[in-house]
Amino acid sequence: MKCQQCNKTATFHITELTKGKPQELHLCEEHARQYLTQEEEPAVAPSLAGVLAQQLAVGQTAEELAKLDQRACPVCGITFYEFRNQGRLGCPYDYVCFQAELDPLIVNIHGETEHVGKKSARFPEGTEKRTQLIRLRREMKEAIDDEDYELASKLRDDIRKIEESPPSKKK
Amino acid sequence: MDLNELVSTSGEWLRGSGPESDIVISSRIRLARNLAEFPFISRATQQDRTEIENTLRDRVLEVQESGELEYVNVNDLKVIDRQFLVERQLISREHAESEGARGVAIARNEQVSLMINEEDHLRIQVMHSGLDLQSAWEQIDQIDSLLAQTVNFAYHPKLGFLTACPTNVGTGLRVSVMLHLPALVITRQIDKVFRSLQKISLAVRGLYGEGSQAMGDFYQISNQITLGKKENDLVKQVGDIVPKLIEYERKARDFLVRESHENLHDKVARAYGILRTAQTISSEETMHLLSSVRMGVNLGLIEDLQIPLLNELFIHTQPAHLQKLRGVELDTADRNIERARYLRRHLNKSNGDEAN
Repeated sequence: MKCQQCNKTATFHITELTKGKPQELHLCEEHARQYLTQEEEPAVAPSLAGVLAQQLAVGQTAEELAKLDQRACPVCGITFYEFRNQGRLGCPYDYVCFQAELDPLIVNIHGETEHVGKKSARFPEGTEKRTQLIRLRREMKEAIDDEDYELASKLRDDIRKIEESPPSKKK
Repeated sequence: MDLNELVSTSGEWLRGSGPESDIVISSRIRLARNLAEFPFISRATQQDRTEIENTLRDRVLEVQESGELEYVNVNDLKVIDRQFLVERQLISREHAESEGARGVAIARNEQVSLMINEEDHLRIQVMHSGLDLQSAWEQIDQIDSLLAQTVNFAYHPKLGFLTACPTNVGTGLRVSVMLHLPALVITRQIDKVFRSLQKISLAVRGLYGEGSQAMGDFYQISNQITLGKKENDLVKQVGDIVPKLIEYERKARDFLVRESHENLHDKVARAYGILRTAQTISSEETMHLLSSVRMGVNLGLIEDLQIPLLNELFIHTQPAHLQKLRGVELDTADRNIERARYLRRHLNKSNGDEAN
Protein backbone atom coordinates (compact mmCIF):
# COMPACT_ATOMS: atom_id res chain seq x y z
CA MET A 1 0.00 0.00 0.00
CA LYS A 2 1.25 3.47 -0.88
CA CYS A 3 1.42 6.45 1.45
CA GLN A 4 -1.57 8.78 1.02
CA GLN A 5 0.70 11.80 0.75
CA CYS A 6 3.48 10.53 -1.52
CA ASN A 7 4.56 7.52 -3.54
CA LYS A 8 6.53 5.72 -0.85
CA THR A 9 5.31 2.55 0.80
CA ALA A 10 2.98 3.15 3.72
CA THR A 11 4.51 1.63 6.83
CA PHE A 12 2.30 3.40 9.36
CA HIS A 13 -1.41 2.67 9.61
CA ILE A 14 -3.20 5.05 11.91
CA THR A 15 -6.85 4.91 12.92
CA GLU A 16 -8.17 8.26 14.04
CA LEU A 17 -11.51 8.70 15.78
CA THR A 18 -13.12 11.90 14.55
CA LYS A 19 -16.64 12.63 15.76
CA GLY A 20 -16.99 8.97 16.79
CA LYS A 21 -16.15 7.68 13.31
CA PRO A 22 -12.94 5.78 12.64
CA GLN A 23 -10.82 7.21 9.85
CA GLU A 24 -7.87 5.27 8.48
CA LEU A 25 -4.60 6.86 7.50
CA HIS A 26 -1.82 5.09 5.62
CA LEU A 27 1.45 6.95 5.70
CA CYS A 28 5.16 6.48 5.06
CA GLU A 29 7.53 7.02 7.97
CA GLU A 30 8.25 10.62 7.03
CA HIS A 31 4.63 11.67 6.68
CA ALA A 32 3.62 9.72 9.76
CA ARG A 33 6.22 11.61 11.73
CA GLN A 34 4.94 14.91 10.34
CA TYR A 35 1.36 13.94 11.10
CA LEU A 36 2.06 12.82 14.64
CA THR A 37 4.23 15.76 15.65
CA GLN A 38 1.64 18.13 14.25
CA GLU A 39 -0.95 16.54 16.54
CA GLU A 40 1.20 17.13 19.58
CA GLU A 41 1.89 20.77 18.83
CA PRO A 42 0.75 22.82 21.83
CA ALA A 43 -2.07 25.12 20.83
CA VAL A 44 -2.19 28.51 22.48
CA ALA A 45 -5.60 29.95 21.60
CA PRO A 46 -7.68 26.92 22.67
CA SER A 47 -5.89 26.79 25.99
CA LEU A 48 -7.08 30.31 26.76
CA ALA A 49 -10.65 29.34 25.92
CA GLY A 50 -10.22 26.16 27.93
CA VAL A 51 -8.94 27.95 30.98
CA LEU A 52 -11.78 30.43 30.72
CA ALA A 53 -14.46 27.75 30.34
CA GLN A 54 -13.07 25.81 33.26
CA GLN A 55 -12.95 28.83 35.46
CA LEU A 56 -16.47 30.00 34.60
CA ALA A 57 -17.93 26.56 35.25
CA VAL A 58 -16.89 26.79 38.87
CA GLY A 59 -19.50 28.29 41.18
CA GLN A 60 -21.79 29.74 38.55
CA THR A 61 -25.23 28.65 37.48
CA ALA A 62 -26.21 28.57 33.82
CA GLU A 63 -28.44 31.55 34.49
CA GLU A 64 -25.60 33.59 35.94
CA LEU A 65 -23.41 32.65 32.99
CA ALA A 66 -26.03 33.73 30.48
CA LYS A 67 -26.32 37.05 32.28
CA LEU A 68 -22.57 37.51 32.34
CA ASP A 69 -22.36 36.74 28.62
CA GLN A 70 -24.70 39.66 27.87
CA ARG A 71 -22.76 42.20 29.88
CA ALA A 72 -21.16 44.77 27.60
CA CYS A 73 -18.25 47.18 28.04
CA PRO A 74 -19.63 50.76 28.24
CA VAL A 75 -16.65 52.04 26.25
CA CYS A 76 -16.22 49.72 23.26
CA GLY A 77 -19.48 47.75 23.46
CA ILE A 78 -17.94 44.27 23.38
CA THR A 79 -20.00 41.67 25.26
CA PHE A 80 -18.41 39.14 27.55
CA TYR A 81 -19.74 36.45 25.21
CA GLU A 82 -17.84 37.97 22.28
CA PHE A 83 -14.62 38.05 24.28
CA ARG A 84 -15.12 34.48 25.44
CA ASN A 85 -15.73 33.42 21.86
CA GLN A 86 -12.81 35.11 20.15
CA GLY A 87 -10.33 35.31 23.04
CA ARG A 88 -9.57 38.95 22.23
CA LEU A 89 -10.67 41.98 24.22
CA GLY A 90 -12.24 45.07 22.65
CA CYS A 91 -10.48 47.97 24.36
CA PRO A 92 -8.22 48.84 27.32
CA TYR A 93 -11.25 49.55 29.52
CA ASP A 94 -12.32 45.89 29.33
CA TYR A 95 -9.60 45.18 31.88
CA VAL A 96 -11.50 47.46 34.27
CA CYS A 97 -15.12 46.57 33.53
CA PHE A 98 -14.53 42.79 33.36
CA GLN A 99 -11.96 42.83 36.15
CA ALA A 100 -13.78 40.32 38.34
CA GLU A 101 -13.85 37.77 35.50
CA LEU A 102 -10.40 38.51 34.12
CA ASP A 103 -8.49 38.44 37.40
CA PRO A 104 -8.73 34.68 37.95
CA LEU A 105 -8.00 34.09 34.26
CA ILE A 106 -4.87 36.23 34.48
CA VAL A 107 -3.70 34.38 37.60
CA ASN A 108 -4.28 31.13 35.76
CA ILE A 109 -2.17 32.18 32.78
CA HIS A 110 0.61 34.08 34.51
CA GLY A 111 0.53 32.96 38.13
CA GLU A 112 0.77 36.63 39.09
CA THR A 113 -1.52 39.65 39.23
CA GLU A 114 0.84 42.60 39.27
CA HIS A 115 3.11 44.08 36.66
CA VAL A 116 6.62 44.66 38.00
CA GLY A 117 8.42 45.47 34.74
CA LYS A 118 8.97 48.60 32.75
CA LYS A 119 6.56 51.44 33.53
CA SER A 120 4.71 53.66 31.09
CA ALA A 121 6.30 57.05 30.51
CA ARG A 122 2.80 58.60 30.52
CA PHE A 123 1.04 57.08 33.46
CA PRO A 124 -1.32 58.10 35.09
CA GLU A 125 -2.85 60.65 32.70
CA GLY A 126 -2.43 58.24 29.81
CA THR A 127 -4.98 55.52 29.58
CA GLU A 128 -8.01 56.58 31.62
CA LYS A 129 -8.62 59.88 29.90
CA ARG A 130 -7.78 58.58 26.44
CA THR A 131 -10.22 55.73 26.92
CA GLN A 132 -13.03 58.30 26.86
CA LEU A 133 -12.11 58.95 23.24
CA ILE A 134 -12.97 55.36 22.32
CA ARG A 135 -16.47 55.78 23.77
CA LEU A 136 -17.01 59.23 22.25
CA ARG A 137 -15.92 58.14 18.78
CA ARG A 138 -18.21 55.12 18.95
CA GLU A 139 -21.13 57.28 20.08
CA MET A 140 -20.41 59.75 17.30
CA LYS A 141 -20.45 57.00 14.70
CA GLU A 142 -23.74 55.72 16.11
CA ALA A 143 -25.19 59.24 16.05
CA ILE A 144 -24.20 59.60 12.38
CA ASP A 145 -25.73 56.20 11.59
CA ASP A 146 -28.96 57.42 13.28
CA GLU A 147 -28.70 60.69 11.33
CA ASP A 148 -28.64 62.63 14.62
CA TYR A 149 -26.17 65.20 13.31
CA GLU A 150 -26.73 67.62 16.19
CA LEU A 151 -25.52 65.02 18.69
CA ALA A 152 -22.71 63.97 16.35
CA SER A 153 -21.36 67.49 16.10
CA LYS A 154 -21.50 67.93 19.90
CA LEU A 155 -19.59 64.67 20.31
CA ARG A 156 -17.04 65.76 17.72
CA ASP A 157 -16.38 68.92 19.78
CA ASP A 158 -15.90 66.81 22.91
CA ILE A 159 -13.44 64.58 21.07
CA ARG A 160 -11.43 67.56 19.82
CA LYS A 161 -11.25 68.96 23.34
CA ILE A 162 -9.65 65.81 24.68
CA GLU A 163 -7.41 65.36 21.64
CA GLU A 164 -6.02 68.86 21.99
CA SER A 165 -5.53 68.75 25.75
CA PRO A 166 -2.06 68.01 27.07
CA PRO A 167 -0.28 65.64 27.39
CA SER A 168 -1.61 63.97 24.26
CA LYS A 169 1.03 65.38 21.95
CA LYS A 170 4.14 66.25 23.89
CA LYS A 171 6.13 67.84 21.11
CA MET B 1 10.47 49.62 -0.10
CA ASP B 2 11.38 47.56 -3.11
CA LEU B 3 10.98 44.02 -1.84
CA ASN B 4 12.92 42.76 -4.84
CA GLU B 5 16.06 44.15 -3.26
CA LEU B 6 15.65 41.70 -0.40
CA VAL B 7 15.04 38.65 -2.58
CA SER B 8 18.61 37.68 -3.33
CA THR B 9 19.87 37.86 0.28
CA SER B 10 18.95 35.50 3.10
CA GLY B 11 17.87 37.98 5.75
CA GLU B 12 18.98 38.36 9.33
CA TRP B 13 17.47 35.23 10.82
CA LEU B 14 19.30 32.85 8.51
CA ARG B 15 22.53 34.82 8.26
CA GLY B 16 24.13 31.89 10.06
CA SER B 17 26.54 33.84 12.20
CA GLY B 18 26.73 34.69 15.86
CA PRO B 19 27.46 32.52 18.88
CA GLU B 20 26.43 28.82 18.72
CA SER B 21 24.98 29.40 15.26
CA ASP B 22 25.23 25.74 14.24
CA ILE B 23 22.29 25.11 16.61
CA VAL B 24 20.89 28.53 17.55
CA ILE B 25 19.56 30.13 14.39
CA SER B 26 18.26 33.40 15.75
CA SER B 27 17.22 35.34 18.86
CA ARG B 28 14.04 37.34 18.67
CA ILE B 29 12.23 39.69 21.04
CA ARG B 30 8.89 41.34 20.54
CA LEU B 31 6.85 43.87 22.47
CA ALA B 32 3.06 44.29 22.15
CA ARG B 33 1.72 47.84 22.54
CA ASN B 34 -1.63 49.56 21.97
CA LEU B 35 -2.69 53.17 21.65
CA ALA B 36 -4.75 54.22 24.67
CA GLU B 37 -7.28 56.19 22.66
CA PHE B 38 -8.41 53.50 20.22
CA PRO B 39 -10.28 50.22 20.67
CA PHE B 40 -8.27 47.04 20.20
CA ILE B 41 -8.28 45.62 16.67
CA SER B 42 -11.32 43.35 17.16
CA ARG B 43 -13.54 46.39 17.85
CA ALA B 44 -11.82 48.88 15.55
CA THR B 45 -13.72 50.33 12.59
CA GLN B 46 -11.99 50.78 9.23
CA GLN B 47 -11.61 54.44 10.11
CA ASP B 48 -10.03 53.57 13.47
CA ARG B 49 -7.59 51.24 11.72
CA THR B 50 -6.61 53.93 9.25
CA GLU B 51 -6.08 56.49 12.04
CA ILE B 52 -4.06 54.01 14.10
CA GLU B 53 -1.89 53.23 11.09
CA ASN B 54 -1.32 56.90 10.26
CA THR B 55 -0.47 57.84 13.86
CA LEU B 56 1.88 54.95 14.46
CA ARG B 57 3.55 55.07 11.06
CA ASP B 58 4.63 58.67 11.59
CA ARG B 59 5.88 58.03 15.14
CA VAL B 60 7.65 54.80 14.29
CA LEU B 61 9.53 56.30 11.36
CA GLU B 62 10.90 59.06 13.62
CA VAL B 63 12.80 56.57 15.79
CA GLN B 64 16.40 56.60 14.60
CA GLU B 65 17.50 53.72 16.85
CA SER B 66 15.72 51.22 14.62
CA GLY B 67 18.19 51.87 11.82
CA GLU B 68 17.15 53.04 8.37
CA LEU B 69 13.46 52.16 8.15
CA GLU B 70 11.27 51.59 5.13
CA TYR B 71 7.48 51.49 5.40
CA VAL B 72 5.50 48.80 3.58
CA ASN B 73 1.72 49.12 3.22
CA VAL B 74 0.79 45.46 3.73
CA ASN B 75 -2.84 46.01 2.72
CA ASP B 76 -1.73 47.09 -0.77
CA LEU B 77 0.68 44.20 -1.27
CA LYS B 78 0.02 41.27 -3.53
CA VAL B 79 -0.52 37.93 -1.79
CA ILE B 80 2.88 36.67 -2.93
CA ASP B 81 4.66 39.69 -1.45
CA ARG B 82 2.89 39.24 1.90
CA GLN B 83 3.91 35.59 1.86
CA PHE B 84 7.45 36.69 1.07
CA LEU B 85 7.55 38.87 4.20
CA VAL B 86 6.20 35.97 6.29
CA GLU B 87 8.91 33.64 4.98
CA ARG B 88 11.37 36.37 5.81
CA GLN B 89 10.01 36.49 9.40
CA LEU B 90 9.36 40.21 9.05
CA ILE B 91 5.59 39.95 9.50
CA SER B 92 3.46 37.25 11.11
CA ARG B 93 1.16 34.95 9.22
CA GLU B 94 -1.79 36.57 11.02
CA HIS B 95 -0.66 40.01 9.82
CA ALA B 96 -0.32 38.76 6.24
CA GLU B 97 -3.71 37.10 6.17
CA SER B 98 -5.88 39.68 7.96
CA GLU B 99 -7.75 42.50 6.24
CA GLY B 100 -7.92 46.28 6.42
CA ALA B 101 -5.40 49.08 6.94
CA ARG B 102 -2.10 47.69 8.19
CA GLY B 103 1.60 47.93 7.50
CA VAL B 104 5.11 47.26 8.64
CA ALA B 105 8.25 49.37 9.04
CA ILE B 106 11.33 47.32 8.26
CA ALA B 107 14.95 48.16 8.95
CA ARG B 108 17.23 47.70 5.95
CA ASN B 109 19.34 45.16 7.83
CA GLU B 110 16.12 43.30 8.72
CA GLN B 111 16.94 43.28 12.44
CA VAL B 112 13.97 45.47 13.34
CA SER B 113 10.39 45.31 12.14
CA LEU B 114 7.42 47.22 13.52
CA MET B 115 4.05 45.73 12.60
CA ILE B 116 1.05 48.05 12.75
CA ASN B 117 -2.48 46.65 13.22
CA GLU B 118 -1.50 43.07 13.89
CA GLU B 119 -3.25 41.44 16.88
CA ASP B 120 -2.24 44.56 18.80
CA HIS B 121 -1.88 48.06 17.35
CA LEU B 122 1.89 47.77 17.44
CA ARG B 123 4.20 44.80 17.56
CA ILE B 124 7.86 45.71 17.75
CA GLN B 125 10.27 42.95 16.79
CA VAL B 126 14.06 42.81 17.05
CA MET B 127 15.83 39.78 15.64
CA HIS B 128 19.53 38.98 15.82
CA SER B 129 21.37 36.09 14.24
CA GLY B 130 22.67 33.38 16.61
CA LEU B 131 22.32 33.48 20.39
CA ASP B 132 22.21 37.18 21.18
CA LEU B 133 19.20 37.89 23.42
CA GLN B 134 20.74 40.53 25.64
CA SER B 135 21.66 42.97 22.90
CA ALA B 136 18.33 42.32 21.15
CA TRP B 137 16.58 43.27 24.41
CA GLU B 138 18.65 46.43 24.82
CA GLN B 139 17.81 47.52 21.29
CA ILE B 140 14.05 46.90 21.59
CA ASP B 141 13.94 48.53 25.04
CA GLN B 142 15.46 51.68 23.60
CA ILE B 143 13.08 51.78 20.62
CA ASP B 144 10.09 51.30 22.95
CA SER B 145 11.23 54.03 25.35
CA LEU B 146 11.68 56.51 22.53
CA LEU B 147 8.24 55.71 21.11
CA ALA B 148 6.66 56.10 24.55
CA GLN B 149 7.77 59.75 24.57
CA THR B 150 5.41 60.59 21.72
CA VAL B 151 2.74 57.89 21.93
CA ASN B 152 0.19 57.19 24.68
CA PHE B 153 0.34 53.45 25.17
CA ALA B 154 -2.57 51.75 26.94
CA TYR B 155 -1.33 51.11 30.47
CA HIS B 156 -2.89 50.07 33.77
CA PRO B 157 -1.24 50.89 37.14
CA LYS B 158 -1.51 47.29 38.32
CA LEU B 159 -1.56 45.24 35.11
CA GLY B 160 1.02 47.15 33.11
CA PHE B 161 0.76 47.36 29.32
CA LEU B 162 -2.70 46.33 28.13
CA THR B 163 -2.99 43.96 25.19
CA ALA B 164 -5.83 42.56 23.09
CA CYS B 165 -5.22 39.10 24.52
CA PRO B 166 -4.72 38.67 28.29
CA THR B 167 -1.89 36.19 27.54
CA ASN B 168 0.36 39.16 26.64
CA VAL B 169 -0.63 41.64 29.35
CA GLY B 170 1.98 43.23 31.64
CA THR B 171 5.28 43.45 29.81
CA GLY B 172 3.88 42.51 26.39
CA LEU B 173 7.20 40.76 25.99
CA ARG B 174 7.85 37.57 24.04
CA VAL B 175 11.43 36.32 24.06
CA SER B 176 12.22 33.52 21.64
CA VAL B 177 15.12 31.60 20.24
CA MET B 178 14.98 29.52 17.08
CA LEU B 179 16.88 26.26 17.37
CA HIS B 180 17.85 23.61 14.85
CA LEU B 181 17.43 20.27 16.64
CA PRO B 182 17.65 17.44 14.08
CA ALA B 183 19.48 14.94 16.33
CA LEU B 184 16.88 15.27 19.11
CA VAL B 185 14.22 14.57 16.49
CA ILE B 186 16.03 11.49 15.09
CA THR B 187 16.66 10.06 18.55
CA ARG B 188 13.00 10.73 19.43
CA GLN B 189 13.87 12.71 22.52
CA ILE B 190 12.30 15.92 21.31
CA ASP B 191 8.85 15.39 22.83
CA LYS B 192 10.35 14.61 26.20
CA VAL B 193 12.40 17.79 26.07
CA PHE B 194 9.35 19.83 25.13
CA ARG B 195 7.21 18.40 27.87
CA SER B 196 9.83 19.41 30.42
CA LEU B 197 10.00 22.91 28.90
CA GLN B 198 6.23 23.28 29.20
CA LYS B 199 6.46 22.43 32.86
CA ILE B 200 8.62 25.50 33.41
CA SER B 201 6.21 27.72 31.43
CA LEU B 202 8.14 27.82 28.19
CA ALA B 203 6.29 27.39 24.91
CA VAL B 204 7.53 25.48 21.88
CA ARG B 205 6.41 26.35 18.38
CA GLY B 206 7.37 25.52 14.81
CA LEU B 207 9.16 27.70 12.29
CA TYR B 208 6.42 30.21 11.56
CA GLY B 209 4.96 30.66 15.04
CA GLU B 210 1.66 29.67 16.54
CA GLY B 211 0.27 26.42 15.24
CA SER B 212 2.91 25.98 12.57
CA GLN B 213 4.60 22.64 12.08
CA ALA B 214 8.19 22.07 13.02
CA MET B 215 9.48 22.30 9.47
CA GLY B 216 13.09 21.40 8.88
CA ASP B 217 13.55 20.55 12.58
CA PHE B 218 13.47 24.24 13.48
CA TYR B 219 11.86 25.00 16.84
CA GLN B 220 11.09 28.25 18.63
CA ILE B 221 11.32 28.31 22.40
CA SER B 222 9.65 31.25 24.12
CA ASN B 223 8.29 32.49 27.42
CA GLN B 224 4.63 31.84 28.16
CA ILE B 225 4.28 34.28 31.05
CA THR B 226 4.37 38.04 30.47
CA LEU B 227 3.09 39.40 33.80
CA GLY B 228 4.67 39.59 37.26
CA LYS B 229 8.27 39.31 36.13
CA LYS B 230 10.76 41.95 35.07
CA GLU B 231 11.75 42.04 31.40
CA ASN B 232 15.33 41.14 32.21
CA ASP B 233 14.21 38.08 34.15
CA LEU B 234 12.07 36.91 31.23
CA VAL B 235 15.02 37.34 28.87
CA LYS B 236 17.18 35.41 31.32
CA GLN B 237 14.61 32.64 31.75
CA VAL B 238 14.70 31.83 28.03
CA GLY B 239 18.43 32.55 27.73
CA ASP B 240 19.31 30.19 30.59
CA ILE B 241 17.59 27.18 29.06
CA VAL B 242 19.30 27.51 25.68
CA PRO B 243 22.75 26.17 26.76
CA LYS B 244 20.99 23.09 28.14
CA LEU B 245 19.17 22.47 24.88
CA ILE B 246 22.41 22.96 22.96
CA GLU B 247 24.03 20.41 25.24
CA TYR B 248 21.21 17.87 24.70
CA GLU B 249 21.38 18.33 20.94
CA ARG B 250 25.19 17.93 20.94
CA LYS B 251 24.92 14.80 23.09
CA ALA B 252 22.33 13.37 20.70
CA ARG B 253 24.62 14.15 17.75
CA ASP B 254 27.59 12.52 19.53
CA PHE B 255 25.44 9.50 20.24
CA LEU B 256 24.45 9.19 16.59
CA VAL B 257 28.04 9.58 15.42
CA ARG B 258 29.22 6.99 17.93
CA GLU B 259 26.44 4.43 17.92
CA SER B 260 25.04 4.56 14.41
CA HIS B 261 27.62 6.32 12.33
CA GLU B 262 26.79 4.38 9.17
CA ASN B 263 23.06 5.02 9.44
CA LEU B 264 23.64 8.68 10.13
CA HIS B 265 26.13 9.07 7.29
CA ASP B 266 23.77 7.19 5.00
CA LYS B 267 20.82 9.42 5.94
CA VAL B 268 22.83 12.57 5.37
CA ALA B 269 24.36 11.34 2.10
CA ARG B 270 20.99 10.22 0.74
CA ALA B 271 19.42 13.57 1.65
CA TYR B 272 22.26 15.34 -0.16
CA GLY B 273 21.86 12.98 -3.12
CA ILE B 274 18.14 13.62 -3.47
CA LEU B 275 18.53 17.38 -3.23
CA ARG B 276 21.21 17.30 -5.96
CA THR B 277 19.29 15.14 -8.39
CA ALA B 278 15.52 15.44 -7.79
CA GLN B 279 13.43 16.68 -10.73
CA THR B 280 10.43 17.80 -8.67
CA ILE B 281 10.33 18.38 -4.93
CA SER B 282 7.93 19.89 -2.38
CA SER B 283 8.83 22.59 0.09
CA GLU B 284 8.31 20.21 3.06
CA GLU B 285 10.59 17.51 1.65
CA THR B 286 13.21 20.13 0.83
CA MET B 287 13.18 21.46 4.38
CA HIS B 288 13.38 17.97 5.78
CA LEU B 289 16.34 16.99 3.60
CA LEU B 290 18.16 20.31 4.00
CA SER B 291 17.90 19.78 7.75
CA SER B 292 19.78 16.46 7.48
CA VAL B 293 22.38 17.98 5.18
CA ARG B 294 22.85 20.96 7.51
CA MET B 295 23.55 18.63 10.41
CA GLY B 296 25.85 16.57 8.16
CA VAL B 297 27.90 19.65 7.33
CA ASN B 298 28.11 20.63 11.01
CA LEU B 299 29.34 17.11 11.86
CA GLY B 300 31.90 17.06 9.06
CA LEU B 301 30.10 14.30 7.11
CA ILE B 302 29.80 16.56 4.10
CA GLU B 303 32.86 18.63 3.34
CA ASP B 304 32.15 20.42 0.09
CA LEU B 305 29.30 22.60 1.39
CA GLN B 306 29.17 25.76 3.48
CA ILE B 307 26.50 26.60 6.07
CA PRO B 308 25.67 30.05 4.63
CA LEU B 309 24.73 28.47 1.28
CA LEU B 310 22.50 25.95 3.08
CA ASN B 311 20.82 28.65 5.13
CA GLU B 312 20.18 30.54 1.93
CA LEU B 313 18.63 27.44 0.34
CA PHE B 314 16.27 27.06 3.31
CA ILE B 315 14.80 30.46 2.59
CA HIS B 316 15.16 30.63 -1.19
CA THR B 317 13.23 27.38 -1.73
CA GLN B 318 10.18 28.67 0.18
CA PRO B 319 7.23 29.22 -2.19
CA ALA B 320 7.19 33.03 -2.35
CA HIS B 321 10.99 33.37 -2.49
CA LEU B 322 11.22 30.83 -5.27
CA GLN B 323 8.63 32.65 -7.36
CA LYS B 324 10.17 36.06 -6.77
CA LEU B 325 13.62 34.76 -7.68
CA ARG B 326 12.20 33.28 -10.88
CA GLY B 327 10.25 36.47 -11.54
CA VAL B 328 6.95 34.73 -12.31
CA GLU B 329 4.06 33.27 -10.33
CA LEU B 330 3.95 29.48 -10.48
CA ASP B 331 1.38 26.88 -9.39
CA THR B 332 2.37 24.13 -6.95
CA ALA B 333 3.44 21.62 -9.59
CA ASP B 334 5.59 24.16 -11.46
CA ARG B 335 7.05 25.38 -8.17
CA ASN B 336 8.16 21.85 -7.31
CA ILE B 337 9.94 21.57 -10.67
CA GLU B 338 11.50 25.01 -10.31
CA ARG B 339 12.57 24.21 -6.72
CA ALA B 340 14.33 21.02 -7.83
CA ARG B 341 16.06 22.94 -10.62
CA TYR B 342 17.15 25.65 -8.20
CA LEU B 343 18.56 23.10 -5.74
CA ARG B 344 20.44 21.19 -8.47
CA ARG B 345 21.95 24.37 -9.80
CA HIS B 346 23.20 25.56 -6.41
CA LEU B 347 24.28 22.27 -4.88
CA ASN B 348 26.12 20.97 -7.92
CA LYS B 349 27.85 24.26 -8.57
CA SER B 350 29.65 24.17 -5.24
CA ASN B 351 31.72 21.08 -6.06
CA GLY B 352 32.31 21.84 -9.69
CA ASP B 353 29.86 19.41 -11.29
CA GLU B 354 27.90 20.37 -14.32
CA ALA B 355 24.63 22.07 -13.45
CA ASN B 356 21.36 20.21 -14.21
